[in-house]
Amino acid sequence: MTPAPIILRRALPRVCIIGGGIVGSATAFFLARGGCPVELLERDTVGSRASGVNFGGVRRHGRAVAELPLAIRSRAIWPRLRELIGHDCDFETPGHLKVAQTEAELEPLARWAAIGRAHGLTIDLLDRGQLRRDHPWLTHDLAGGSFCPGDGYANPRLVAPYFARAARAEGAVIREGHPVLAVEDTAGGGFVLHGPLGARHEADVVVNAAGAWGGAIAGQLGLDVPMVSLAPQMFVTEPTTRRIGPVLGMVSGAIYLRQSVRGNVIFGGGRGSVHPDGLRSRPAEDVFERSPALVRALIPALAGVPLIRSWTGIEGNTPDGLPVIGESGGRAGLIHACGFSGHGFEMGPGVGETLRDLILTGDAGLDLSAFSPDRFAVPPAIRSA
Amino acid sequence: MPVEAAPCVAIIGAGPAGLRAAAALVAAGLRPVLLDEAPEPGGQIYRRPPPALRPALAPAKLYGPDASRARALHEGFAALAGAVDHRPGTMVWNATNRDAGGFRLMLHHTSGLRSALDCDALILATGAMDRILPMPGWTLPGVWSLGGAQVMLKGQANLIGRRPVFAGSGPLLYLIAGQYAAAGGTPAAVIDAASFGAKLRAIPWLAARPAVMLRGVAMTALLRARGVPLLEGCHADRIEAADDGLRVHWSGARGTGFVTGDAVAIGHGLKPEHLLADILGCDRRYDTGARQWLVHTDAEGRSSQPGLYLAGDMAGIRGGHAAETAGELTALAALADLGRAAPGRPALRRALIRQDLFRKGMERAFPFPSDRVADLPDETIVCRCEGIGAGDLRQAIRLWQPADVNRLKAMTRCGMGRCQGRLCGDIAAGLLASETGRHVADVGSLRGQAPVKPLPAGRAEAATAIVP
Repeated sequence: MTPAPIILRRALPRVCIIGGGIVGSATAFFLARGGCPVELLERDTVGSRASGVNFGGVRRHGRAVAELPLAIRSRAIWPRLRELIGHDCDFETPGHLKVAQTEAELEPLARWAAIGRAHGLTIDLLDRGQLRRDHPWLTHDLAGGSFCPGDGYANPRLVAPYFARAARAEGAVIREGHPVLAVEDTAGGGFVLHGPLGARHEADVVVNAAGAWGGAIAGQLGLDVPMVSLAPQMFVTEPTTRRIGPVLGMVSGAIYLRQSVRGNVIFGGGRGSVHPDGLRSRPAEDVFERSPALVRALIPALAGVPLIRSWTGIEGNTPDGLPVIGESGGRAGLIHACGFSGHGFEMGPGVGETLRDLILTGDAGLDLSAFSPDRFAVPPAIRSA
Repeated sequence: MPVEAAPCVAIIGAGPAGLRAAAALVAAGLRPVLLDEAPEPGGQIYRRPPPALRPALAPAKLYGPDASRARALHEGFAALAGAVDHRPGTMVWNATNRDAGGFRLMLHHTSGLRSALDCDALILATGAMDRILPMPGWTLPGVWSLGGAQVMLKGQANLIGRRPVFAGSGPLLYLIAGQYAAAGGTPAAVIDAASFGAKLRAIPWLAARPAVMLRGVAMTALLRARGVPLLEGCHADRIEAADDGLRVHWSGARGTGFVTGDAVAIGHGLKPEHLLADILGCDRRYDTGARQWLVHTDAEGRSSQPGLYLAGDMAGIRGGHAAETAGELTALAALADLGRAAPGRPALRRALIRQDLFRKGMERAFPFPSDRVADLPDETIVCRCEGIGAGDLRQAIRLWQPADVNRLKAMTRCGMGRCQGRLCGDIAAGLLASETGRHVADVGSLRGQAPVKPLPAGRAEAATAIVP
């Protein structure tokens, strides 16, 4: 049986959001604008984790089919950030170019192009010659590529903080340095969240937007969301001649790269290590060798440009690489939005808008079934075996 | 990537601290690895000109009264040839703590070769760099750091200008102005924020090393005799480009005015080069005398990380003489911790205590003008790598009320450039403290990240195929 829309259970649900990344902050903003009393509880500082240190890609190109409607919905919000939250967050749309190293890699590009076009996107497939003509800065060894205009990037360090700031202006309460120590079900169908120094937060709806730590929060509430913490490693070079137009990705996924307005080349590839405490991560030695070498092979003109910094962030990855979004069948009013498996930045604003609709109207506006929090649940028969 | 078998002790930096540490380890029968970025040993203070320029730059001219020390260090180290695994032209760009204990150092050689080196004990003798209080115009062409002006002279036998203005604070102003005068330059003026009174009041501490103190007095007398205006107790407020050169506007004890030169060298003391210690997780403390963060050590140079030792200016600015003492003492401490005989430490500790008293005197005589940070004009560039001004920082501080300076960096890009926040980090922290009514020790300091210096492509990377 479909649960009744939350709005019908109580006129204005009190919403408590766990986690102040881009997902939590955007959700707080859209809900507060929708009139909900919202409280956002962030363990550290808003946007200081994966939301603030990721690559900054705003990309629909090549997304998993299940994510595409949400990615497209989110992309529509990005150009409105100045109007919505008071800052454009350095959003730029030079397009996204995915390149194939082998003829075999052209096949998935062609297959995805058909899917993208069916969703209304413009996708230009480039053969070897066209790629070389349009993007002469790339190595000439590539087999071809696929270009999606309208994709781009934004400044990850600004997005969550500006969403949280705008949410506060709409009346949301944003608490930083405020970890959730325990979540308790109350007899009346609501929740009590316990914070530091005996702080208690009562809520009708809880949104678990705790990113890589969302699995642990779900576990506290009896829901098994298997999640692995990984630490993608990023690099930035000294500023150099502006020659790289689009955001670049490889079909193999080995490297993703863009050039900032100031000329720095920012790229990701490989993974660092996550500290056993799950809270810290650091770059890995072998990645320091491998990823820059790949970039220099891909873009020969970068051969002499030194690296100035490398960093990692912690993201939560699910077994199927899709996020966990929606209400858990086992507990009405408990909504998960975590485990974005590296896709949370682009989709964050769209998730916020979608969860607003879900919470206020009962209708998310798009199909979230592929993201069901219950999809990993082990049948009781197997669990007892 | 080749990984070498563990040597016992590695030293980073071949200045006076590193060279003396190496000698002490050799004397104990070890063969230390000495890693240094420069092509030849000596560090910044005893930097040697390239061979072709040596006839023009005799040690007496380059190092002044320290020429005999410089010669002793250079010749002493040459005598150790073979006993030390000396690797010039080698940058240590990252370091990690090994699970089994000890450290792994990531090396980049000027040839482009990369390797990793494992060691059981590590002595950081990475020295110091210029500390600068920015002012409007400090990023103009023709404005140098004091250290840069000295490198130009010692390393290139060249002057930054024929009549440069020396401005800032600290004994290096007089030392380098003197070296320029000796090398044929005509310093236009020395503008020193430190007042004569402060120097007088520091005499009880400076008297711990009377010879060094008198040498400073002689240096200023020499400049005065040459007619170089010495503006003590005056701040360089801003620099502007004029038709006749660079104009340094000053104000202070002697009213206001400006001096024109064909170049400007600025510096307000020195700052330990501690990024590797940060990356390895060493505890730090804010030193109220030095007015900056220092890596915490015990009296013999042990850091909070077992097996990791600090010597020389990177552990606190005490100068070249003390660096030699600390280098030897630290090496002996490492030997003792490795279970070897390490006699003579008490005498070295006593010598260091005397040098510490002198350091306290220098901090009193030439305090870093941290009180001026709060009043930096908005248009002052603070982070020159990213072009972030004091006004940009103030605006971000008002908007975000950052809890610490790393958050301020995230919101503004201040400190994200090629210098890794070495120059701007403390200034940004000072602004954050003053704008939010906190003590600078309570707003933290920028976290170190690898690579500690811009890392060029390695030769091992000459990959032709893209293989993920």
